[in-house]
Amino acid sequence: MQPILPRVFGGRATGLTLAAMPVSVVLIAVALLSAACGGKSEEAPPPAAVTNPVDPATAGAITGVVKFEGKAPAAQPITMDSDSYCEKQPRNTIESVVVGEGSGLQNVFVYVKDGLGNRVFPVPSTSVVLDQKGCRYAPHVLGVQVGQTLEIASSDDTLHNVHAVPQQNREFNMAHQLAGIKHTHVFSTKEVMVPFKCDVHKWMNAFVGVLDHPFYAVTAGNGRFELKGLPPGTYTVEAWHEKLGTQTQTVTIGEKQTSDVAFTFKS
Amino acid sequence: MALRLYTRFVALSTAVLIFAGGLVTSTGSGLSVPDWPNTYGWNMFTFPLEKMVGGIRFEHSHRLIASTVGFLILVLAIWLWRAEPRQWVRRLGYLALAAVITQGILGGITVLWYLPDPISIAHASLAQIVFCLTTAIALFTSRGWARTGALAPDDSMLRKLTVATTAWIYVQILIGATMRHTGAGSAIPDFPLAFGHVIPPHWDAKIAIHFAHRVGALIATALILATTGHVFYHHRRRGELLRSSMLLLVLLSAQITLGALTVLTWDGRIHYIINSLHVVTGASVLVTSLVLALRAHRSSFAAVRQSDAAVGRVPPESPAIGGGPARLVPPTPHAPPAGPNRTGARA
Repeated sequence: MQPILPRVFGGRATGLTLAAMPVSVVLIAVALLSAACGGKSEEAPPPAAVTNPVDPATAGAITGVVKFEGKAPAAQPITMDSDSYCEKQPRNTIESVVVGEGSGLQNVFVYVKDGLGNRVFPVPSTSVVLDQKGCRYAPHVLGVQVGQTLEIASSDDTLHNVHAVPQQNREFNMAHQLAGIKHTHVFSTKEVMVPFKCDVHKWMNAFVGVLDHPFYAVTAGNGRFELKGLPPGTYTVEAWHEKLGTQTQTVTIGEKQTSDVAFTFKS
Repeated sequence: MALRLYTRFVALSTAVLIFAGGLVTSTGSGLSVPDWPNTYGWNMFTFPLEKMVGGIRFEHSHRLIASTVGFLILVLAIWLWRAEPRQWVRRLGYLALAAVITQGILGGITVLWYLPDPISIAHASLAQIVFCLTTAIALFTSRGWARTGALAPDDSMLRKLTVATTAWIYVQILIGATMRHTGAGSAIPDFPLAFGHVIPPHWDAKIAIHFAHRVGALIATALILATTGHVFYHHRRRGELLRSSMLLLVLLSAQITLGALTVLTWDGRIHYIINSLHVVTGASVLVTSLVLALRAHRSSFAAVRQSDAAVGRVPPESPAIGGGPARLVPPTPHAPPAGPNRTGARA
């Protein structure tokens, strides 16, 4: 037997009159077909697009590096034996503290926490993709804007549930029973960070930073990041790490200026 | 005979269900199946076995076992309705059926609402009530219950002690369920001390819940020791009381050991098994205490029956076959004739 339908959120039951039934049946059928190919989970209409208030002629940038001080923890292998499909995947290690080249700390979410005033930024029309691949979330840390579409996909030929447990936004839990299935979700409120987990596979987790502006980045393997296109001003920049906590720094940039900043986390 | 065996089987299956539920919570698998009553879109009973991976193994197995136990209790209620002469026992069967149906609905709601603490705690607490009901039915339909009858001891102190003990064990289980579902199980990481002290040096809500469970365990232990000590001292010749008391002590020892191991093996690979055994052993302590309490009240059941017999509402009790509040038969000659199974002297 084939699965009936993935779960769709945000739906609302409506009363149907007999006269409206044929149209309703068609609409329901279309909705069901649409849901069978994926689902959409939307919390609120995205804010109206406005002209980017940043003048490209004066925009600057903040670049920097996040480093890990001390002895880097040994990479812990993930035991995936609770699912024979996952067990066959390439051996992976826990991603909570990943130290790379030059003691750079990977998977740190760096963003402008304060200093943008009441500017309103346009919502990107492109989606951000969170995939389930090899029984892991990829990427492990990512950012998305309020109103932007987060596309949650599965490349795995096993069952996953995508369970987001935010504090400010609405919690959701989606069934992903097929490889190739996709759901989309739109967050309505900024929140750093929204944890994602899979209750089927305990080791699977990801963190999504939801912001009302585009000035965020996730550190690469060498710990480096770049926040481009910032208007001149003084900003509070925060670096968030899932295990090591947060750090903030105040950074001032002038017209067309690039300021460099460094964060250091200790074990 | 068949009904007696069946009631015991149902009670045992309820214990298995509680263990399966404990596994779901201990492994954090409660939301591994996002939909309900379906499982990933499949009908629950046609979900392919090969798809039972990771946390789904625990959650889906729990649903299947719960459905089976629900069906068993439905059969039990029908069987009691057809064959049990005592109306109050039949009503217990209906009550067990209503409780297990409510339990299933609570289980579904807690999944669909992402495990809200109050619903999850209510689900855990009602599970204990279902286990108490199935165990009580097994006791009331047992030969031992019928045999004891008017020979049962009339000891008001024992009655008070057993009621207090049973009630407190239930409260203690409620605190334990609150601790599990609020994630307070690891709030105090050491045992028997708390952060190296007798009293925790710092407090938050989770530490308070965890510590309350430990204090509750001490009170439950004291009450059980007082109850069983009373039985050993005053009723050592009453086999049915002695056996329950000894079992209660064995289960208490196991439960304290499992509670300690639950804390000490928190990050271990077998933690979820130990934690689940702690849950089901706690439930077993509760129903054993309940059985002791009901046996301590056996003379009250018999007294009610003798009183009824005195006014001609039921046949007088024979100590050889026991007594109890059987279904009342109107003394008037116009009363409709009761069926052969509905006027039995057993109570």
